[in-house]
Amino acid sequence: MNTKVNICSVELKNPVMTASGTFGSGREFSEFTDLNKLGAVVVKGVAAKPWQGNPPPRIAEVYGGMLNSVGLQNPGADYFIKNDIPFLRQFDTKIVVNICGHSEQEYIDVTEKLRGADVDLLELNISCPNVSEGGMSFGTDPKVAEKVVKAVKKRADKPLIVKLSPNVTDITEIARAAVSGGADALSLINTLTGMKIDVKRRKSVLYRKIGGMSGPAVKPVALAMVYKVCKAVDVPVIGMGGISNAEDALEFIMAGATAVSIGTANFTDPGAAEKVAEGIKKYMSHEGINDLSEIRGIID
Amino acid sequence: MENIKKTEIAEVYSSKNIAPDIYDIELISPEIASVSLPGQFVEIYPDNGVNILPRPISICEINKERGSLRIVFQKVGAGTTLFSRLKEKDTVRLMGPCGNGYPLSLCKDKHTLLVGGGIGVPPLLEAAKNIEGKKTIVLGYRTSPFLCEEFKKYGDVHVCTDDGSVGFHGNTVAFLEEKNIKGDIILSCGPKIMLKFLSEFAEKNNIDCYVSMEERMACGIGACVGCVVQVYENGEKTYKKVCKDGPVFNSKEVVWQ
Repeated sequence: MNTKVNICSVELKNPVMTASGTFGSGREFSEFTDLNKLGAVVVKGVAAKPWQGNPPPRIAEVYGGMLNSVGLQNPGADYFIKNDIPFLRQFDTKIVVNICGHSEQEYIDVTEKLRGADVDLLELNISCPNVSEGGMSFGTDPKVAEKVVKAVKKRADKPLIVKLSPNVTDITEIARAAVSGGADALSLINTLTGMKIDVKRRKSVLYRKIGGMSGPAVKPVALAMVYKVCKAVDVPVIGMGGISNAEDALEFIMAGATAVSIGTANFTDPGAAEKVAEGIKKYMSHEGINDLSEIRGIID
Repeated sequence: MENIKKTEIAEVYSSKNIAPDIYDIELISPEIASVSLPGQFVEIYPDNGVNILPRPISICEINKERGSLRIVFQKVGAGTTLFSRLKEKDTVRLMGPCGNGYPLSLCKDKHTLLVGGGIGVPPLLEAAKNIEGKKTIVLGYRTSPFLCEEFKKYGDVHVCTDDGSVGFHGNTVAFLEEKNIKGDIILSCGPKIMLKFLSEFAEKNNIDCYVSMEERMACGIGACVGCVVQVYENGEKTYKKVCKDGPVFNSKEVVWQ
């Protein structure tokens, strides 16, 4: 039985990755889960320089999900290269760096800082709803998206995944733009914009009022988008959005995803990602599947 | 502190409603109890498919012999409502111990003021038990006190209520001011507004003060960076994580708004 998957010539031992921003750089979760059992760790967004993030409250729970408004707080690329890469390299898993910026120049700066760094893939974050400049504003207009992807791709020395926002009229349009800009793979979905109001206090729960929604409640929305994008482009797609167990993950693979990411489920169970990987294996052996390609994109 | 947090299915040893909306539950959780410290907290998972985030609940007492943790919490939302219904022998999933506890070693041979407000009172009980030296305990409530009797074993207890129904009529900081009570170090937990006034009181009287902070939290282990509090670090304002860097902070470090 072969659980391996291939993303732009990088071989993952299984299709299970962690969604950026939900897993730090793996250090905290390594107390609960064996990182060796994961296909890849996708680290929290890294910028060229440290970012402060948004004022609290940054978190709100909603029915079957949550809102976050962290705003990409991160200690910057230098810190990441010095501290997090050596930590993650102790494990037999692939490293995917999520990169973020407020402007095209900042995306370029972080890409250049990461040249030569010992990582396997880059994930360009043009879909974070929690920053006022950059983030999602680059991922909602196909022309802008294509331009920034092209600029980053030119400087990247690793295959480039582009992470897409679901907060658009037609996600396939942005997907095609990213691919024509040079994306080697796509990942989707980032969070859906959402809001919660405390009626007793007559105030929004999040300081920034609007945040990004994730969790099991968004899964059907994410699945439909992954399905549509897989039909629209030829590059590998990493599916995510509310995946909590192996069955959820298999749905994304059957919709056409090459790999999947576990996000908010890490908060509901710090061992979730490893359990999804085990569950996929169990399903394959139970169903007599030798390779995930036998079921990938099986929904026509 | 590395590699000691665990997830564990705990069994309810006892469950009581001790004041309006205040619940007192002892959980058999030997692995977590064996490494817990005063001032730390546990994340408790609702596990109902709808409330996907764990709830941070402070540890009120640690019983290493029985391998149990006591939690005393207020029923406020969906998660704590679920926990309030837990009965003897029920099970619940926990993760912990989370965060850093109170700096008890700094209290040795000093006069310690333990100041708690409302649902901030419980974590001070285990702290009070473990501090050597003179202790003055000031507990504030809106109207209905709880746990006060249990503190009496460990020091002088003063109760304050906002409506004056029991003890001093007013808040804990007003009590300290009026009675001119000063100590060498303060350990506290309570509403942010109380901690802010307490911090000002401590600064004015040149007393070291440690506050246990609260913020909306997701992962509980420092990965998601959701539960931040603004602090000064090297003279600059920055955010620290309540779950990992806290929940106990030096009051001088916190940027009070």
